[in-house]
Amino acid sequence: MASGVKPRIKVPSSASAGETIIIKTLISHKMESGQRKDKDGKPIPRSIINRFTCEFNGQSVIDITMEPAISTNPYIQFEATVPEAGEFVFKWFDDDGSVYEESKTISVG
Amino acid sequence: MQFTRRDTLALGLGAAALAGMPSAVLASVEDEIADFTGGAEIADGGVTLDAPEIAENGNTVPISVSAPGAVAIRIVATGNPSPKVATINFGPLAASPSAALRIRLAKTQDILAIARMADGSFRRAAATVKVTIGGCGG
Amino acid sequence: MTRTRRRNALWAFAAAACVVATSAGADENARLVVNGEIEMVTRTAAPAHLNGALPDIRSGWTFRTTETQALQIDDFDNPGMIFVDKAMDAWNSVEGSEGKSCSACHGNPMESMKGVRAVYPKWNEAAGEVRTLVMQINDCRVKRMGAKPWKYTGADMAAMEALISVPSRGMAVNVAIDGPAAETWAKGKEIYYTRYGQLELSCANCHEQNYDNMIRADHLSQGQINGFPVYRLKNTKLNTAHARFKGCVRDTRAETFKPGSDEFIALELYVASRGNGLSVEAPSVRN
Repeated sequence: MASGVKPRIKVPSSASAGETIIIKTLISHKMESGQRKDKDGKPIPRSIINRFTCEFNGQSVIDITMEPAISTNPYIQFEATVPEAGEFVFKWFDDDGSVYEESKTISVG
Repeated sequence: MQFTRRDTLALGLGAAALAGMPSAVLASVEDEIADFTGGAEIADGGVTLDAPEIAENGNTVPISVSAPGAVAIRIVATGNPSPKVATINFGPLAASPSAALRIRLAKTQDILAIARMADGSFRRAAATVKVTIGGCGG
Repeated sequence: MTRTRRRNALWAFAAAACVVATSAGADENARLVVNGEIEMVTRTAAPAHLNGALPDIRSGWTFRTTETQALQIDDFDNPGMIFVDKAMDAWNSVEGSEGKSCSACHGNPMESMKGVRAVYPKWNEAAGEVRTLVMQINDCRVKRMGAKPWKYTGADMAAMEALISVPSRGMAVNVAIDGPAAETWAKGKEIYYTRYGQLELSCANCHEQNYDNMIRADHLSQGQINGFPVYRLKNTKLNTAHARFKGCVRDTRAETFKPGSDEFIALELYVASRGNGLSVEAPSVRN
């Protein structure tokens, strides 16, 4: 696992059934592109988050394939429909095989 | 379909930029598009791609895309060493086929957003982003 | 040719080559309200000690493009906040020989650190010196926690400085320049107006005489530090004031002072005082 990876997620704590909400996510990650060279001129190997997914109660909201052209500390904003109370699960997939997972519950009423 | 002045300009510049590109780079841009579309025809319009006209730093360029009726959107940076940026797949609970990201642009270039619609057709939008090189900036 | 004339000629050359008047950038009168609740003063009357050197003082935020400005208006858009979260973990972590964390003495920083950022650098009577926030953090780490000091401009330090700044956001910068701090302040002022490096540039040449102009593709700001530590799009991390000073002085092609040196401590006090009246913004977002 890359060191010090830390997600930040903004999801409202409640919504009405069927409401559209805006979700914002940020995660600390260097997103080493594989294009850079170190002081000795050797290429620095690529090390990025290559996929991000968000599901709500097991159904997909968004699934993004990410390339080295995504900025350091990747930011993703999107809109979700909230059909009922439940849990959003966010996953970031690292090149090194690590998966960083966070969840946020939302109430409806 | 309506074009804003900026859209028209961007599309025109896009064509000019593609025409002026070395063939290797052009090939990889074409490959990246064909990989998504399977070579299908792409109609202009129906996709909104918001990007700054001038990016203060190419390391972090905020962009947003939206395409009503789309199931997936691929973003392509035509002037980067690799044109690949991201492919966004919208699930059943996406309230709208839209997203905002921050991307890296190596230099002034056109970026493309290509949307795959629910009926299998493709649409696109382009935007030119000028990437400034700082005077000093410490 | 006299020394002065040669300098003037050089400066004229530099000015002609690099600095172009422009109206680039966003609406300079845009309002900065963070999270829809923290109202920031980004433009206000210059403090009296400037004696009219600036017509008013402006946050660096006012010099940025609309897109860059937008990154600071919501804490979930602001990448600097990731590091504030990390610093919160560090705040609550026990470190060093005394078995203490920051929170052991200071509790919740959102309460205990309110107003602290706004008055630093500040005279410390017991130590008999002007202390920056960084010095104070390391003093705590070494003396109270028995932990190793952090590197002056390192990531841990920048993050902790940002965390401590957060509860002061929206409060006016108000560093004291009189009394025992006066000597350090005067030294900082002298450095601000002294030309350094092969380009013979002072801080004032760019940030007082040419702010709002373009230096090639850069929109020159007043060089205010009310937003520090700042998340820069350029290097995608939090940057401390001393790291920024170093970058600026290096760009004059000078041997720079070291972060944490007496010179930069004095300069930090003086530059902070030029922003007395602007809001604490850290962590801010700049290009």
